[in-house]
Amino acid sequence: MFGKLTLDALYHYNPIIVFANVLMIGTGILVVGLLTYYRKWGYLYREWFTTVDHKKIGVIYIFIALIFLLRGFIDAAMVRGQQATVGAGGEGYLSAAHFAELFTGHGTMMIFFMAMPFLVGLMNIAIPLQIGARDVSFPLLNAVSVWLTAAAGALVMISLLIGSFSEAGWSGYTPFSGLEHSPGPGVDYWIWALQISGISTTLTGVNFVTTILKKRAPGMTLMRMPMFTWTVLCTSILIVVSFPALTAALALLALDRSVGTHFFTSIMGGDQMMYINMFWLWGHPEVYILVLPAFGIFSEVVTTYCNKRLFGYTSMVWATMAIAFLSFGVWVHHFYTMGQDPLRNSIFGIATMVIAIPTGVKIYDWIWTMFRGRIEYKLPMLWTLGFLITFVMGGMSGVLLAIPGADYKMHNSLFLVAHFHNVLIPGTMFGLLAGFYYWWPKVFGFRLDEKWGRHSFWGWLVGFYVAFVPLYMLGIMGMPRRMVTYDNPTWQFWLVIAAIGAIIVAYGIFAMFMQIYVSWRDREKNADLTGDPWGGRTLEWAIPSPPPEYNFAVVPEVRDRDAFMEMKVNNRAYERPAKYEDIHMPKSTPLPIVVAALSFFFGFAYVWHIWWLAGLCVLGTVAAVIARSFNDETEFVIPASEVQADEDAFHARLKQADVFTHIDGIQEFGDERTPAGAFVEPTTRATSGAPS
Amino acid sequence: MASSPSYDLNRVRAAARADTEVNFGFWAYLMSDVVLFSMLFLAYVNLSQRFAGGPTPADIFSLHGVFLETMALLASSLTFGLAMVSLHQGRKNHIIGWLLATAVLGIYFLWHEVSEFVHIIHEGASFTRSGFLSAYFGLVGTHGAHVFFGLIWIATMVAQLAIKGLTPPIASRLARLSLFWHFLDLVWICVFSTVYLPGILAGGSS
Repeated sequence: MFGKLTLDALYHYNPIIVFANVLMIGTGILVVGLLTYYRKWGYLYREWFTTVDHKKIGVIYIFIALIFLLRGFIDAAMVRGQQATVGAGGEGYLSAAHFAELFTGHGTMMIFFMAMPFLVGLMNIAIPLQIGARDVSFPLLNAVSVWLTAAAGALVMISLLIGSFSEAGWSGYTPFSGLEHSPGPGVDYWIWALQISGISTTLTGVNFVTTILKKRAPGMTLMRMPMFTWTVLCTSILIVVSFPALTAALALLALDRSVGTHFFTSIMGGDQMMYINMFWLWGHPEVYILVLPAFGIFSEVVTTYCNKRLFGYTSMVWATMAIAFLSFGVWVHHFYTMGQDPLRNSIFGIATMVIAIPTGVKIYDWIWTMFRGRIEYKLPMLWTLGFLITFVMGGMSGVLLAIPGADYKMHNSLFLVAHFHNVLIPGTMFGLLAGFYYWWPKVFGFRLDEKWGRHSFWGWLVGFYVAFVPLYMLGIMGMPRRMVTYDNPTWQFWLVIAAIGAIIVAYGIFAMFMQIYVSWRDREKNADLTGDPWGGRTLEWAIPSPPPEYNFAVVPEVRDRDAFMEMKVNNRAYERPAKYEDIHMPKSTPLPIVVAALSFFFGFAYVWHIWWLAGLCVLGTVAAVIARSFNDETEFVIPASEVQADEDAFHARLKQADVFTHIDGIQEFGDERTPAGAFVEPTTRATSGAPS
Repeated sequence: MASSPSYDLNRVRAAARADTEVNFGFWAYLMSDVVLFSMLFLAYVNLSQRFAGGPTPADIFSLHGVFLETMALLASSLTFGLAMVSLHQGRKNHIIGWLLATAVLGIYFLWHEVSEFVHIIHEGASFTRSGFLSAYFGLVGTHGAHVFFGLIWIATMVAQLAIKGLTPPIASRLARLSLFWHFLDLVWICVFSTVYLPGILAGGSS
């Protein structure tokens, strides 16, 4: 009846896990209790659980990301604590199995349930606004995506209570992740958590490719898209083309484990290297999926806070495309030591080094944008500067590792761990946090506190160096990654320093949550009345904060790259039409949470081999989707009068904030064009020259 | 009813174009499915010589059965094409008829495939026997699962046509189903020329 699931799964012979469970269940009961006491369930259901509004979906994504930031960080801190305190030849406070669960959980959660949801959350919030659209192409699919991510996250959470999590590392290499070496439910939890969140991400990729290519406001040609939109387009294409490789690898691994096929086994004709190839066919593009949108955020930040057009926009676009393309040709550098011939390794080594070129182009573009700009050292600029310096260092250690000969010495050492944290923390995390601060007022209508934000920045930056420079040293000294204990006493000194670094990062994370709390407390004082708190250049700043459900009362007409800046300079910002029109918007629907709940139970049932439940969940999902397809009444109308009233209120706020008296003074400056008569249509400019 | 659609035929035709926003999104989804299948082809090509002492392609494949199967699926693409022609003419009953013909051919294909699977497993060549057989069942089975899903979709569309008539949203869904069905045909041609043909041609020597 319950497959492999017995009461045994609930026993944990480990006081730390018992404590974590008590904490998790206690928090859960507290939250449910508070929601019930304050009668918030109806509100939550109507406004959040059933919403298809891209802005709210973005908020849900980032909410999930913050929860998993905490969990992933706690795992990292426990790993650091173990290595710092264990001493040479010691036992330490963690068992080897628990330690392995922790480093697996840390990687899995940080990539799939922190970085990806955070990123997709920012995409959701910013992209439709930047391209002047009222929603994404497929709002319902978007809601399905977010709740699938939540369902996958719930699988990771429940593995703490019922059973255990994978010990096979975040990449789950076969044959260790096969049934023979990992018979427990851990790897199955890992498979289905990744599978469900991966499918959710694929759907998001499809959605954003379509949104960006099909839903841009009139006049926004491809080469007039904001840089963040460009990077998200590249990332979405990468998602569509690479995530199915992960889906396939995980599905075949699941078959190996549950029905006894021989795709990745080491006997009976299986090929374990095939898993590793398939995994990195997805895994390497995934690195750029994570990092490209952050590059886009930095581009937005630099142009906004330097009050200048982006230097070398075209080169930035081509660099992004080049990185996206090259990212498919380097996957072998993840396993130089696994037996390919030197020629093959050399080819992939060179391809890897080539990626440094377009990345370098981007770095110079940002530097030249700052050059002679009027830099405002707001928090996102700090994140950007911290990123530039730190990321270049991580990139250089990557070029070192790209040399197959050097990699034979460094692979699987802490040098590698230091390297990829050195690119992902500044490259992704700093970008996400910069975007978080940058778009927060757009979503919530008030700015985030600057002081606590700076505390958070310095905590992250200093903590990063203190935590990871020692790992570079340890790697060169020969310490392998993922060691629960070790016998070299000289390592401990550096591991203690790394642990201190983790404590400093912890302060940075604490300061971020303080920042959110303090800003919420002072939200009246920090209110953003105009919708344009930073002197923005792109369309999202042309509308109120928070935007109405339909985003744009009138779909804007784009005449330049920095569309909103052009409107401000040419005095056509905030123009009102003679007459507003009715707006059609998609209705809320419970379908996404139904599908997500069924996926969660399907994953759970598969982990424990409760086949009848898994079958029911599949049937239920198909039935729910078919039933929904019979419903053609999926839209509702916002009457023109309501739009007009919203706009009246917005314009009253604009007047109150004195926007219209200042707007005349807004001028462009910079090195790419002269202020006077700056905004000429590129086509006009081309034809005005003498025909040659 | 068939001759007098309740909706403007031009709107129906516009909704069935391949480049509308929603149909464009479906193309993007199909691209992801292409990658999924390429992984399975990769697995098959990589494992196709790993018999682990078990049966080889020549032992288990019969070109005769696969030929009939292939012809049925190819013919189903033709019938689906005729359904789309009827759509552009606004003839609801003709669409339903051609869809049912497509479904019959699809069911024949699937029935054939399943009985082939059962036959192979009975001969002791199940997917647990060797890497080659795992990859064979993985690739061909995934294609079969897609066909099965397509059949559910056809049934749904027949029901919607019967109940609601030829509305623009239904025409739009039919356009996507058509893309999906032709895509499966294309994948099958690759399966045929990657799995069955070389398997049987190389049969003598292995």
